[in-house]
Amino acid sequence: MKILVPIKRVVDANVRVRVKSDRTGVELANIKMAMNPFCEIAVEEAIRLQEAGAAKEIVAVSVGGPQCQDILRTALAMGADRAILVETDGETQPLGVAKALQTIAAREKPDLIILGKQAIDDDNNQTGQMLAALLGWAQGTFASKVERAEGGLRVTREVDGGLETLMLKLPAVVTTDLRLNEPRYVKLPNIMKARKKPLEVLKAADLGVDLTPRLKVLKVDEPAARVGGIKVESVPDLVHRLRNEKKVI
Amino acid sequence: MAILVVAEHDQHKLRPATLCVVTAAMRIGGEITLLVAGKDCSAVAQAAARVPGVKRVLHADAPHYEHGLAEDLAPLIVRAAASMTHVLAPATTFGKNVLPRVAALLDVAQISDVMRVESADTFVRPIYAGNALATVQSSDAIKVLTVRATGFDAAPDAGGNAAVEALEAAPPSGLSTFERQELTKSERPELTAAKIIVSGGRGVGSAENFKIIDALADRLGAAVGASRAAVDAGFVPNDYQVGQTGKIVAPDLYIAIGISGAIQHLAGMKDSKVIVAINKDPEAPIFEVADYGLVADLFQAVPELTAALDKPA
Ligand SMILES: Cc1cc2nc3c(=O)[nH]c(=O)nc-3n(C[C@H](O)[C@H](O)[C@H](O)COP(=O)(O)OP(=O)(O)OC[C@H]3O[C@@H](n4cnc5c(N)ncnc54)[C@H](O)[C@@H]3O)c2cc1C
Ligand SMILES: Nc1ncnc2c1ncn2[C@@H]1O[C@H](COP(=O)(O)O)[C@@H](O)[C@H]1O
Repeated sequence: MKILVPIKRVVDANVRVRVKSDRTGVELANIKMAMNPFCEIAVEEAIRLQEAGAAKEIVAVSVGGPQCQDILRTALAMGADRAILVETDGETQPLGVAKALQTIAAREKPDLIILGKQAIDDDNNQTGQMLAALLGWAQGTFASKVERAEGGLRVTREVDGGLETLMLKLPAVVTTDLRLNEPRYVKLPNIMKARKKPLEVLKAADLGVDLTPRLKVLKVDEPAARVGGIKVESVPDLVHRLRNEKKVI
Repeated sequence: MAILVVAEHDQHKLRPATLCVVTAAMRIGGEITLLVAGKDCSAVAQAAARVPGVKRVLHADAPHYEHGLAEDLAPLIVRAAASMTHVLAPATTFGKNVLPRVAALLDVAQISDVMRVESADTFVRPIYAGNALATVQSSDAIKVLTVRATGFDAAPDAGGNAAVEALEAAPPSGLSTFERQELTKSERPELTAAKIIVSGGRGVGSAENFKIIDALADRLGAAVGASRAAVDAGFVPNDYQVGQTGKIVAPDLYIAIGISGAIQHLAGMKDSKVIVAINKDPEAPIFEVADYGLVADLFQAVPELTAALDKPA
């Protein structure tokens, strides 16, 4: 089995972002960037399938600016075999990214594509489902367990009511939830080794994919801040206030 | 404007989030059609017809619609969407799973987690775990939206009288099959519909200790929620998780116990009307959003609180 793992470069999960004063977006200058956490889980899952003998080759792919090479190198250091950057200067939106990934899938012919369920910058939660639609493949979203099984892939999904298990025909698209696995730390020797692994750069324009954004961001605002509350002295004080000030109990 | 709302249900009843999506559809304005796809679900189609403001109900009934598989539902929704200007579904795991597949088949963008309707083509949605709100405009012919239930009041569930039309099922895709589900059974209210939520975090320490959270919740008739750390540690099932990547809630009262208040957790609960935090660390960020903070050891404070509620005011 060959696995394609699309990964996105986003603001580090621990950074508290600020809205720009001109309200065109959030402040990104000099901010720590990292691989989207759900994508790390996707890379890890691919490596575990490979370690278990279920996968032969893992190809990481990112769509974005030249800086995305840093997260592709991280994926290689974790254990991916090759990397592809689909380079574009402009903003990326899920439909365009899904189309670019469809083109890469046509070239690479993977049996499985594992994506994160959501990129934590735009919180879209769309790309995997869109890619599955464009390819006409099965989809197992929000996965907390993935097993190779007779006739395909068994995927356990985190749904609002609990857990659900599906059988997917291959080729298929899977998107990762938080509890699928815990990504490994990258060891220094592996970072060195990753420098020698192949990283191919393709221009989006040369692939003929249409990355034009469909949605126009008119403005970005700060959410209304909560007015600061108070510290109560004791449990009876708390009960009194909930009953008499807020009347919520 | 012609708006298709994809109903979420369990073959017997409409899920409450569907009624919030109807309200969002009314904000857009236009003729509202509800699509009810499932197996032996005519009771749901009838219930959908009673929602005021709904003009028409499309009812597709077939065995392969029972489990809401995206591969089967998406082509059906695409067919129903042909004459529509908007397609809406709740931003639940059901809607998030199927609607992007619909959008891609229609070759249009999806706008996720809409919390406000500015006009028929302009919507407000959270980004960066709700630390920023983006106002986005769509130029697509069909606007595909998932709707955040906490942004809209539920429409009434009676008083309307829409026509129910049968919609022919599409053939099964054969791509995926449902095997089984393990749904969390609980007598308590559903997390996303509860008026009061009591949530526990890593500070609670164990599944066994979560009993004190349960006891307080039961005393208040509340739902029980949790932080990611509490779920990851196995104290409670995954569907208890509140946050950026879990459930978004906005009850009248949210009590956070042994939860530090990471941005990802706040993203899921900071629109609650009243927030109470109980934490032994006076510097915990949760206190920045709490209306009432109690700096205390939860193992003393929570049982004391449960007991205090039994005393008359
Ligand atoms: C991609 C991503 C997505 C995420 N999504 C979510 C999400 O959806 N929801 C979510 O919740 N988190 C999410 N997280 C995790 C989040 O960053 C935090 O790690 C998590 O919320 C911490 O949970 P906690 O507050 O229970 O634990 P901690 O941060 O460890 O806090 C425990 C708290 O308990 C207090 N405490 C300990 N003992 C006691 C006691 N005896 N009495 C009183 N107080 C006590 C401590 O003072 C501390 O403040 C996500 C993280 C990432 C990277
Ligand atoms: N620009 C991108 N390049 C590669 N993969 C991406 C990109 N954007 C999104 N993805 C993948 O799609 C997942 C979901 O992203 P989103 O739909 O934007 O929330 C991410 O976790 C990635 O796996």
